[in-house]
Amino acid sequence: MTTVEDAHALVKTPVHMRILERPRATTGPWSWFTTVDHKKIAIMYATSAMFFFLVGGIEALAIRLQLAAPAGTILSAARYNEFFTMHGTTMVFLMGMPLAAAFGNYFLPLMIGARDVAFPRLNMFGYWVFLFGGIFVYSGFVFGGAPDGGWFGYAPLTSTPLSEGFLPGRGADFWAVGLIMLGIGSVATAVNFIVTALNMRAPGMTMMKMPVFVWMMLVVAFLTLFAMPPLTAALIQVFMDRNFHTNFFNATAGGDPLLYQNLFWIFGHPEVYILILPGMAIVSEILPVFSRKPLFGYSVVVFSGIAIGFLGWGVWAHHMFATGIGPVATSAFSLSTMLIGIPTGVKIFNWLATVWGGQVRLKTPMLFALGFIAQFTIGGLSGVLHSIVPADTQQTDTYFVVAHFHYVLFGGLVFAIFGGIYYWYPKIFGKMLNETLGKLNFWLMVIGFNLTFFPMHFLGFEGQPRRTYTYSKGMGWDALNLMATIGAFVIALSVLVFLVNVIFTARRGDLAPEDPWDARTLEWLTSSPPPEYNFAEIPVVTHRDEFWHRKYTEDDEGRLVKLPASDAAAIPRRREPGEPHNIHMPSPSYWPFVLALGLPIMGYGFVFKWWWLLAIGALITFFGLNAWTIEPASEEHH
Amino acid sequence: MLDRMQRLRRGAVTTVGTATLVAVLASCGGTGPNNGQNALHPAGSSARKILDLMNPFFWVAVVVGAAVVGMTIYVAVRFRERPGEDRSPVQTHGNIVLEVSWTIIPFLILAVMAVPTVATIFNLAKIPKGPNVIHVNVDARQWFWQYEYTDKGAQFFTANEMHIPVHQPVVLTLTSPNVIHSFWVPELAGKKDVVPGHPNTLTIEANRTGTFLGQCAEYCGLSHANMRLRVIAESKSDYAQWIREQQTPLPETAVSRFNTLAKPWGCTTCHSITSATKDVGAKIGPNLTHVGDRDAFAGDIYPMQLDDLTKWIYDAPGRKPAGPLKSWMPAFAKRGMTMGQAQEIAKFLLCDTTTNPRLHPECR
Repeated sequence: MTTVEDAHALVKTPVHMRILERPRATTGPWSWFTTVDHKKIAIMYATSAMFFFLVGGIEALAIRLQLAAPAGTILSAARYNEFFTMHGTTMVFLMGMPLAAAFGNYFLPLMIGARDVAFPRLNMFGYWVFLFGGIFVYSGFVFGGAPDGGWFGYAPLTSTPLSEGFLPGRGADFWAVGLIMLGIGSVATAVNFIVTALNMRAPGMTMMKMPVFVWMMLVVAFLTLFAMPPLTAALIQVFMDRNFHTNFFNATAGGDPLLYQNLFWIFGHPEVYILILPGMAIVSEILPVFSRKPLFGYSVVVFSGIAIGFLGWGVWAHHMFATGIGPVATSAFSLSTMLIGIPTGVKIFNWLATVWGGQVRLKTPMLFALGFIAQFTIGGLSGVLHSIVPADTQQTDTYFVVAHFHYVLFGGLVFAIFGGIYYWYPKIFGKMLNETLGKLNFWLMVIGFNLTFFPMHFLGFEGQPRRTYTYSKGMGWDALNLMATIGAFVIALSVLVFLVNVIFTARRGDLAPEDPWDARTLEWLTSSPPPEYNFAEIPVVTHRDEFWHRKYTEDDEGRLVKLPASDAAAIPRRREPGEPHNIHMPSPSYWPFVLALGLPIMGYGFVFKWWWLLAIGALITFFGLNAWTIEPASEEHH
Repeated sequence: MLDRMQRLRRGAVTTVGTATLVAVLASCGGTGPNNGQNALHPAGSSARKILDLMNPFFWVAVVVGAAVVGMTIYVAVRFRERPGEDRSPVQTHGNIVLEVSWTIIPFLILAVMAVPTVATIFNLAKIPKGPNVIHVNVDARQWFWQYEYTDKGAQFFTANEMHIPVHQPVVLTLTSPNVIHSFWVPELAGKKDVVPGHPNTLTIEANRTGTFLGQCAEYCGLSHANMRLRVIAESKSDYAQWIREQQTPLPETAVSRFNTLAKPWGCTTCHSITSATKDVGAKIGPNLTHVGDRDAFAGDIYPMQLDDLTKWIYDAPGRKPAGPLKSWMPAFAKRGMTMGQAQEIAKFLLCDTTTNPRLHPECR
């Protein structure tokens, strides 16, 4: 029998059996491939996700150009179907989720006063899997067909073997394998966030003193952890049906197409909350700071978030109201869908009450947060209309639904993300983004967004189905479609303004003050950008909004009183990257990168049935995994 | 006292706000184009029930939405920081009464919404029975609709264009041998998915005569956008007349002529045509017996005219994207068909299958 001690000995001995010298550099270009620093990984997540955001946006512009007038000829039917599929897939898996991972990575450890996440190498692995997965899905464009079965990839359209020609190319294979890969990365990140938030909080930070941002990321991580497995199962079945003639979804052989929909939406609806809760998380941090008031009803906001997380598992079949699942099931899911509107509404009212009576500073982050509230509410209300099942049978799969979820995910999530970028940019890069350009960015986006998506509500009622590459002249949809197309280009312009702002700031932006927004949470209790180890001394927490309480207190009437400057609220000076320190940090590593690199190689092996390539990929993965296992998390000090 | 600038600014904000609200409400009030496919112009009992159910809650949603958007703008403007000002806002952490009330009020509104919703769900799920109920099997193909009328004394196949009598329930049985589609004629009823292995039923009933358009509403591949349909609701006597026409077999001479024309190209591998004694061909493509009677073809996307029909027969994949789909009309042009031959077949289909050749000027 092996004892625990034996096991420890086994882990420790191979330390000297090094294959490669361990990387040491924490600066320079190569360090980006080996870094385990959560802040660097966050920046990589954000940059890659913003790149995919631009690509998905260009796809959207092409779609809007095609639909600007009836019988458009910009895109062929095949190309259009690839573009709407990749637009959705990109915005969900390659923009929304990784940007949430970026914010979570950067701020979750900082906000709880930790020096890194619980599993730094797993964190790095999650990023590289995401990047390789994204490139893999897109590589279909050059290797025999991009995904074209919709981001939801309904079987049997996607699961029927290629030889039947239901879909023109190999797209569905790239889609299924790529999403399995992305799922692996998401689960790795989710586990990491959960363990970090539960175990690595600074002394004194009880659960109910955690910033709402951390709470919401924790809920998101749990949702991700449990939502990815059913999706993975469904994707494996699709791939098997397509390539190995299994019949999971083939009705003529006794399979069940609705099984796919149940599996997909058991993932897919929690996924909606996986996307929107990070938006709510960001907004819940911005609103109090720019109102100079604490979040109204902290515990209610936290528990509504948790309630949304739980109820989110019980509403999946509202995506299936038209499939004929019967009046009892539709009634049940109608009621659960109505129910989930309540905690969502509660949050909106609490946010408004937070701003009420505050000293509201209308800086760019605040504008985006306010835009979030207004637009997300519109999306939420059209969502409530969907719970009226009979009405939903008129709305589902029309432009009304396109309007609905863009109000939630663009008007909501994307606005929150931009707000978050403007808010935390000085923290991450030590420079302020330009306010004038920021406001221009915001107003162009508000105008463009509403011009694009508001008319779509009407188009849906007037009978225009989604996912159609063409419509005919006599349908009377011309004007509203043209309006939507113009709006899309205004959005593009606003994103361009944002890029100009970033470049302008990099060239000659103002250095950020230490506490530019008079902030509340712990990430501001260190220099901007923070040193590798975040905090030279781990802060001891006594209050919710700890940093704020080191600067202010309340008088008997609840009014704000400024405390005299103290050491407790002093922000340490900015450190140069690579400046020596005595704090023990996890060491960089090659292996998560190597392990992640094996996965897409295996993926190509599967898609093209090149078993030799599959074997090579598997070897690389196995090698990376083993080398990782025998390598200690951090080296001893020398 | 407000100074002049402030008053002006407030006036401007109010005006712009009100104007936007009015514009939004006005656009909500309109019901859009008469395109035959508009869910806001219900012409069927089911579509009417759905709109009546949704309407009050739609307006509740509009009011709540306007209130929240208005409130967001209001708090931002009302509590904004003025230059040089250092306010010390009261640090409210919450208010139990307020928070409980904005939990309970939405709950009550939703409870009120739930009752008629569930009632309507069960009401619409009822399948009518009786002698005046008409039954049609709808088989969704990539990418057209095949209809099989199944009632006693009125049995035949047709495609894309469905005729129904007004004020009479029609029960559709929806099946698909390939992928998932969705049958949707917004002015008559909500959509119902057509799922392989799960036959669904949908009841439609027109409250007035007219042509109602629809199209596939579940993404079903390359030509999903080109899978349209029409339902023509007509008076009882017109409907009876149509049924008689559809059941009239083609003369034997016509079927023979079709066989001669179509043989080199193998049309009957997929299409069927019926005379009194013969039912020739397969039911993979649309039935051609009275194709000349329909208003449109190819998934209801091209008008039934000689020119369009000729081009279609000459090069179908060029007229409607199909990719590598196995069961699809080939490009006969590539198999040596001349435009003249295509026109000959088209003319036959247009003029010799119709029960009323006078419909088509090309046939005179």
